[in-house]
Formats: sequence, C-alpha cells, structure tokens
Amino acid sequence: MKAPGLRAYAIFYLLFLYAPILLLPIFAFNDAVVIAFPLEGFTTRWFVEMWEDPQLWNALQNSLIISTVVASIATLLGLFAARASTRYRFPAQTSILGLIMLPLVLPEIVVAMSLIVVLVAIGIPLSIFTIILGHVLITTPFAVTILSSAFQTLDRSLEEAAYDLGESAASTFRLIILPLVMPGIISSFLICFIISLDEYIIASFLGGTQPVLSTYIFGQFRFPAKVPAVLALGTILVLISIILLAFAEYMRRRGIAKAGGNTSGGAR
Amino acid sequence: MNEKTPMIEFQDVHKYYGDYHALRGISATIRAGEFFSLLGPSGCGKTTLLRTIAGFEDISSGAVLLDGKNMAGVPANVRPTNMVFQSYAIFPHLTVAENVGFGLRRDPRSSAEKGRAVEEALEMVGLKGYGARAAHALSGGQRQRVALARALILKPKVLLLDEPLSALDKKMREQMQVELIRLQRQVGITFVLVTHDQEEALVMSDRIAVMFEGEIAQLADPETLYRRPASRKVADFIGTMNFIPCTIISEAGDRVEIDAKGLGPVVLDIAQAPPTRGDAPVVGLRPETLTLLYDGQSASERETAGVVDEVIYFGDMTYYDVYLADTEVEVRLSMRNVPGRPVLDVDDKVRVAWSPSALVLFR
Repeated sequence: MKAPGLRAYAIFYLLFLYAPILLLPIFAFNDAVVIAFPLEGFTTRWFVEMWEDPQLWNALQNSLIISTVVASIATLLGLFAARASTRYRFPAQTSILGLIMLPLVLPEIVVAMSLIVVLVAIGIPLSIFTIILGHVLITTPFAVTILSSAFQTLDRSLEEAAYDLGESAASTFRLIILPLVMPGIISSFLICFIISLDEYIIASFLGGTQPVLSTYIFGQFRFPAKVPAVLALGTILVLISIILLAFAEYMRRRGIAKAGGNTSGGAR
Repeated sequence: MNEKTPMIEFQDVHKYYGDYHALRGISATIRAGEFFSLLGPSGCGKTTLLRTIAGFEDISSGAVLLDGKNMAGVPANVRPTNMVFQSYAIFPHLTVAENVGFGLRRDPRSSAEKGRAVEEALEMVGLKGYGARAAHALSGGQRQRVALARALILKPKVLLLDEPLSALDKKMREQMQVELIRLQRQVGITFVLVTHDQEEALVMSDRIAVMFEGEIAQLADPETLYRRPASRKVADFIGTMNFIPCTIISEAGDRVEIDAKGLGPVVLDIAQAPPTRGDAPVVGLRPETLTLLYDGQSASERETAGVVDEVIYFGDMTYYDVYLADTEVEVRLSMRNVPGRPVLDVDDKVRVAWSPSALVLFR
C-alpha cells in the first residue's frame, strides 16, 4: 500500500463504526450487571430475563403491528408515486416529487412536533395509529426512491408488447410489470419496516402511553440492573436487521439484473 | 389475396405533440402481402407513423384504415397487428416458450395444441429446441428471433418492425435481412419495417416510403427510388450521388436541354426531370454510371476528360474523385478492380464515359 496513513485511517474508521456494535453481544453474554471489562464469565440469563419481561412483549407486539402496517402503506404509496413519476408527465411534476421526498431531509423532531400540534388540535388521541401516520410520512420517500429505480429499469416497450399481444392494461400490470418490480417491492417493504421498527422520536412523541420497542429500550436504560437484558435484546435486533437488509439488497440487485440489465439485446 | 389489395391506408394523417407537427398529412397505401419500409432520418416521423398502425399512437386528424376498416378508437390489444420492438421487449422473467406463447393466453385451444404452435413458431425462426431456455440469457440475434416468433404466432394481418436490426452487428444484420425476406415470403403477411438504413430498405423492401420532417417525400420501389429519385433530398439520402451544377437551355415537349458544367450540353427526357421544386438546377449522377476509359477503349455514348484528385481503394472496388474537364466540378466514380485494370494514381489524366440516360435533373 502506498500510504500507510490512509490504511490506518480506514481501519480506525471501521473500528469506530462497528466495535461498539460488537461489544453488544459480548456484554449480553457477560455474567455481570456492570458493563465493564474484565469479563466475568459466560451466561445466557440476560436473554432469559429479557424473554420473561411482559413489557417487552407488549412493546414488541406494538412495534410489529406498526412496522408491518407502515411498510405496507409506504410501499403502496411508493408504488403509485414511482409509477406516476416514471411513466407519466404532469404539471409541476418535479415540485410534487420534491415535496414527497422532503421528509427525508426534514429533522424528525420537527416532523414529530408539528404532527403532535396538529393531532392534538384536531383531537385525535395519541396511539399506535398516530405513530403509523408519522412513520408513513418519513418512510414513503425511501419507498419512492427504491421503487422509482425499479420502474426506471423497466423497458417501456415490455408493457406495449404485452398490450400488443392482446392483454388488457390490468393483466399487463399483473403479468409483466408486477413480477418485474417485485424485487423492488420486497426491498422497499423491508427497508421501510426496519426504519419504522427502530424509529424513536416520532414513536415517543406520538405514541401516548403505548410503548414500542425503541421507547421501551430507552426506558429500560434508566435502570442499571436492566441494561444487560437490553443488550441481549439489542443483539437479537442487530442480527435481524442484518439479515433483513441483506435480503432487501439481494432482492433489489436481482430485480435490476433481471429487468434492466439485458432486455435491450444486441451487442453485449 | 390479390397482390394489389390495399391492407393499410393512410388518409391525410396528421399528428401533433403539443405544438410539434410530427406527421404532416400522410396519405399512402400499403398493399396486402408486401414488404413495405418507412425510411428516413431520425425524427422524420417514421416510427410515429408505424405506431399509429399498431394503435400505440392516436392521430390528431385523418384516418388509418386496416384491411378496409377505420381504426379510430380501436385499441392496440384488439388490432390485427403485431409488433417487433426495437429493444425486442422480450419478457425477461419468462422462458422462451412462454414468451412465444404469450399471445395465445386467450386462445381457446388446448395447451397441447398451443405447445405445438409454439414449437412450430420456434422452428420457423430457427430456434427449435430453445423453448425451455430462460429468455434473459439469450444473445441479441436470438432475442430478435423470439420477438419475431412471438409476433407471428398470432398470425396478424400486418407485422410491424421497428428498427429490428439496429442493435445487431453488421454480419448478423445482413444475415437477418435475408432471413426476414425469406420469412415474409413464407408467411405471406404484410410486413411494415421502420429503418434509417437506406441499404437495409433497398435490400428488403418491395416498396419504400422515404420520409422527411413528417412528410412522405417519395413512395416507390427500390429501383425507381435509386434510379429516379424525386428530389435532390431523396437522392442525397439514398446511396451516393454526384450533383453537378447546370443551366437549362430549353424545354420543349418531353425534352429538356441543359448545359451541365464539365459535361457540356445534354438532352434529357422529361421523365429524368421530376416536377419543379424551385432550387438551383443540378444534375445527379450515380458513381457506378460513370466509367473510366483505359487505352484503346472508347465511350459508347459520351466522354469527358478529367484529372484524378483522390483514390480510395476498397479491395474489390476503387473509388476515384475526378475533376471534370478543367473545372472545379468533382465527381466520385466507382470501378471494379478486375484483372488487367490497374489502379490509377492521383493527378493521372483520365477519360470518363457516361450516358445521358443515367442523369436526373433537379431544379
């Protein structure tokens, strides 16, 4: 390597990024309440403790409901927006798409505050439902981005060909478009799901008395005796996240390879 | 079906995209069973016109008749036409057989019969036994064949081909040209081809419509188009043509007498002078109608002295750029390199033989 400084920088950077996450499982299996070296010995009791906490199961159930509903709605909305933006031209198109994408860069705390003001003013009680509203708002831009790229790689003449061969607009969508953008749909669903699952600010502002996974974890951290069990939970969440994200990325790439990579034929 | 039966009729077809006038009053008839080409540079409206036949493009005014029926309001999925797309549009998630059989989904026949139809279609395009392959793993030429089989299996009245060969390399393209001609004779379906490649159009078509800026500039068989182009623009687009400035001396009855720079006075038949366009008069001459005379040879009709300016050697042919008779008028001519015919050098003095009947007058 030409520059040893650069190499050290890269290693340090990666360590800073991932070492704390690696510490999670280490202390989750450590047989001590205090989070500190040296390690005291191996145990799985924190996992057992976590497992037996009814509050966790309540929070987890809420989170799963929220994330599933959010991912479904955001992906459906993303599907409409992506189809409209890639297939049709309409007035103020770029401005409208820009506004859809805006929550991506808007501070979440601002979104949360403004939503709570509006919801309280209208008189909608804070609940799982209001968290879903907030999460749909922030995850839809991700769904639009992922699905737009799926639609963009779709050759327009595939649709025309199906139509030319006697299919209706609806059956063309079902037989051609849907299967070809399905990897994008799956990848969008998974990413929205994960974003919603670990989102804290909106869940804490709009959740009322309903705990979700992120607010539950934050609450547990106030009690030192609970920390190891939270680390055990964190270990499991990291594992699930990695698996889901890897699967989402695999589906996205497969989608591009299949739909866009080589439909045009000719010299390759 | 009679050869002269009209299959497609365009009646004063106009198409606007906003303010842009894409088709400007197209009137033409495509006959049943012919191989018809729409030829022109990109943006001339040829693809738009093709898509009005398929039903992918609405027309702003006029009428498109298919087999005598007005197609206004008839959607693409029920028109008796099928299309081979420029990108082939092979469904990448299906197998070759599923692609070819796609149009048979609504066919009431049994799946065994449909399977046989797919096999026949694949055999027709030379892809026998490819049915089980994944479509996205095929080569460019194979995709093209699948696209053809998929369109022809429905036995359409008209097969529409949108630049089907443009994505192939030169050798493959030439091979497919011949195969398309053979296929068209075999199935007897009317083929309408869109292309920007004048050579491709000349090789494959029974008749060609040359289009510029949303209008048909000339509609004729390949030979007429090549020998008797209706305008300088058409002549320039089809093959190579020398344009020589001239003055019109007299015009009487069916004879036009001109004085062409470097060639001298010539009498032309009126058939060699397409209707007036208002341009400065020029005569056109194809390179192969000019011949260099070697020692001992003499011209059967007319002869003009010249000086070689450039020699372009092609192996089987040599192209010469020659100044005519002490003028700055330069013509390109082509000579086959047969044994005993030496390739000349730059600045050699030569004699050029030509025939008045090969001239076309544009004015």
